Amino acid sequence: MYTPHTERDVAQMLKTVGVDSLDALLRVPDAVKLREKLEVVPALPETGIVSRFEELARMNPGASLVSFLGAGSYRHYAPPAISALAMRGEFLTAYTPYQAEVSQGYLQAIYEWQTYICLLTGMDIANASVYDGATALAEAAIMALNENGRQKILVSRAIHPNYRAVLKTYCDGLDVAIEELPVAEDGTTGLGELARLAATKEYACVALQSPNFFGVIDTPGSAEQAALKESGTVLVAVIAEAMSLGALQPPSQWGAGIVAGEAQSFGVPVAYGGPYVGFIAATKEHLRRIPGRLAGKTVDSNGKEGYVLTLQAREQHIRRERATSNICTNQAHCALIATMYLALVGKTGLRDAAALNVQRTRELAAAVDAIDGCSLKFSAPHFNEIVVCVHQPARHALAKLEHRGILGGVDLGRYYPEYDNCILMAATEMTTTREIQALTKALHEVVHVHARV
Amino acid sequence: MSTPVSDHTASPLIFESGQDGRANRYFERGKNLSEFLPRETLRADLPIPDNSEMDVVRHFTRLSQRTFGIDVGFYPLGSCTMKYNPRVNDAMANLPGLRDLHPYTPDDQAQGALRIMWELERSLCSLFGMAAFSLNPSAGAHAELAALLIAKAYFKSRDESKRDKVIVPDTAHGTNPASAAMCGFKVISLKSDKRGRVSVDEVKKVLGDDTAVVMMTNPNTLGLFEDHVHEITRAVHEAGGLCYYDGANANALMGNARPGDMGFDLMHLNLHKTFTIPHGGGGAGSGPLGVAKHLVDFLPTPYVRKKNDSFVLDFDMPKSIGPMRSFWSNFAHIVRALAYVYANGAEGLTKVSQLAVLNANYLRVKIREFLETPYDEICRHEFVASAQALKKETGVRALDIAKALLDRGYMAPTMYFPLIVPECLMIEPTETESKETLDAFVDALGDIVETAKREPEKILAAPVTTVVGRLDETRAAREPDLRWYPS
Repeated sequence: MYTPHTERDVAQMLKTVGVDSLDALLRVPDAVKLREKLEVVPALPETGIVSRFEELARMNPGASLVSFLGAGSYRHYAPPAISALAMRGEFLTAYTPYQAEVSQGYLQAIYEWQTYICLLTGMDIANASVYDGATALAEAAIMALNENGRQKILVSRAIHPNYRAVLKTYCDGLDVAIEELPVAEDGTTGLGELARLAATKEYACVALQSPNFFGVIDTPGSAEQAALKESGTVLVAVIAEAMSLGALQPPSQWGAGIVAGEAQSFGVPVAYGGPYVGFIAATKEHLRRIPGRLAGKTVDSNGKEGYVLTLQAREQHIRRERATSNICTNQAHCALIATMYLALVGKTGLRDAAALNVQRTRELAAAVDAIDGCSLKFSAPHFNEIVVCVHQPARHALAKLEHRGILGGVDLGRYYPEYDNCILMAATEMTTTREIQALTKALHEVVHVHARV
Repeated sequence: MSTPVSDHTASPLIFESGQDGRANRYFERGKNLSEFLPRETLRADLPIPDNSEMDVVRHFTRLSQRTFGIDVGFYPLGSCTMKYNPRVNDAMANLPGLRDLHPYTPDDQAQGALRIMWELERSLCSLFGMAAFSLNPSAGAHAELAALLIAKAYFKSRDESKRDKVIVPDTAHGTNPASAAMCGFKVISLKSDKRGRVSVDEVKKVLGDDTAVVMMTNPNTLGLFEDHVHEITRAVHEAGGLCYYDGANANALMGNARPGDMGFDLMHLNLHKTFTIPHGGGGAGSGPLGVAKHLVDFLPTPYVRKKNDSFVLDFDMPKSIGPMRSFWSNFAHIVRALAYVYANGAEGLTKVSQLAVLNANYLRVKIREFLETPYDEICRHEFVASAQALKKETGVRALDIAKALLDRGYMAPTMYFPLIVPECLMIEPTETESKETLDAFVDALGDIVETAKREPEKILAAPVTTVVGRLDETRAAREPDLRWYPS
């Protein structure tokens, strides 16, 4: 129970309070009394807890299979120094740094995180984090909607389907209409209609993801950027694989006004989906609309530099129903982990890791493309994911791969009925040549067994 | 206090210490990417520093030493339930079979993870009297938003979209009205009565056929049990509205009374409060959303279901409001929370809230000896004190008391909240603190009040032992400096 009270303590304290029992302290009206027996998992000593969870962990064989799963959650290397530092109790058990004088360390770390995100994205400002990449996109769209008062938004169909689904959940609450830009033949977003749509000045923003859900580098050209600027349509750049920022043009270079991203790749475990760490970065004119916490530098009464949470007049605890967002708890500790990751790997490590992601993926693409019965769906340049067409329902092929001890990737048919013969495969710096060989061998069997049937 | 947060030397930014060529070798060298990708897709420079591992380790160790957590000392932050975070929970979340599991792992390869989610969900349903919980929301405010989206979808399904008002007491957390606004609801604020409660009559006055949801916290943020709660929820239901329970204060009643029995249709829990998940300096949290039977179909996707002897993630829920986040839950926190439930069982959790309430009342009767406690009756897990009289007498405000507590090795209570109490200090000790710690805290607070009366300038100057003194927040907001720039 983690409670230090002895029976004597309880008796003395009850006496001080002036009641005769614990029940007397918790009395509630008869109408709301607890009448049912509670059914929760049974109490165990710590040794029992450990055996129970070890048993449950063994029931997840998927955690140790050869895997090409990506799609917004990536297995990257995390130097052990991160967990040694991040698990320090001072960081782990602190609350939001409201009392700045005893939170200088954490506030400085948030300021450093904001700086790293700005340096990587090329933007002017970044917040202290939001829940994840999907909610970052939703919050970014709300920023744009509130700024220009328009009621429609435009999103690429090549944005992560879960991000689009979350955006829809949020927009349903605000009665905002979402329209989609199609996927072109080469796997980029079809931007043919963009200039015309933007010119209607009906869209608060247009959201593009690069690398997009298919791993394809997907940025607008200068004509599209000019059309967006001209019409006052905010370009929201979505970054679902932050590792790409180590190699590719930052979104500032392709016209982004707001960047909505996910930084799980920077040292945060895949952990069956969370917690991860979303971020929002933007050009400085969006400062008053950015949601969530911001750490800022200032001075103390003696002129000494220090850090505080700032511009809180945007936030729910001050502004209540007129706040820029309802966010309170964010993902500070994951942002701290990402900051540690970036500090450790530095420019050299991030460049190497990003390059290795591209190299391994090229190796994977070449090996898979060489299999008779498999082909690469999209031709445009890609980062660390590829779409492989297996000429049979992807779910069948994946089940057969799983039977051979390999998690081959994500069945695209799950989100795109038109691509239900396609698998989305990811390779990172952790992917080995041996794993690629194992996949190639198994995939060869799978497509050929099918061919014979 | 001789803690490291009183180390007064400067702490340079990580960007100021790096040198090119000081890289660590975590990876083999990557090739020049122009070999693989068109040059115009590649970035020209990557302006982040290289630092040696030792320098980075020292940097963050130093930052940790300038940070106050529960592990450093008593943390009586009201409405935040800063209880001890057991280390075994972290160890379990870090088991490779859980940590390395990808969210797209097929269900048959992830039965252990799904079982963990299901066991926690079932336990929460019984503990709080709900039909189902969604583990999808990432935090309390996120669950509030999901709940209000559910309310909106529910009324739409009944052709009652005209219900556009959300009623919130003036003692409510700021997230309640902010969440309502994010769903396009209009917010009606309700004045608390003299006893610090929501009055049935006041609620009835604003109820009507435009009422969507009434949001309540029970016990409320004054630490008082809303003893007419069942009459209020009945009145709301009669008017056709829904009742939402903000579970930020669930540590006060867990195992002893249930929001479901009080008539609430929707509720959230903050696993990072009641269920010992470390708050990590502001998150990540986890905010499971509970609903009564009539709202189960509207829950966010996916929902963990038991089918025969196995478990599945169910995405096929036609009435669902849709997903609230990228992936299924903050799973590592679900592991931690379930480990905590195992450590306690039903009986232990019942005892947890009893001792939390005992600790709060013990502090209350000790502290009222020298500070006003405006609602002086049996409280639940927290209570409010007011420095208004002290301010009149000495000029020392709640803020000054808070800063003086920092000098004495304590985290300050929540200040100036709830808004209806002037010079408010909201104190929540939690059940994991010993009588000795509480006694020492009372002595420190008593000493501050005494000193304020004799030498107020000493308290007004606090804190003096911390790495920095009071910071200029006006300047921070007026001339925002939110990042470092390369020279």
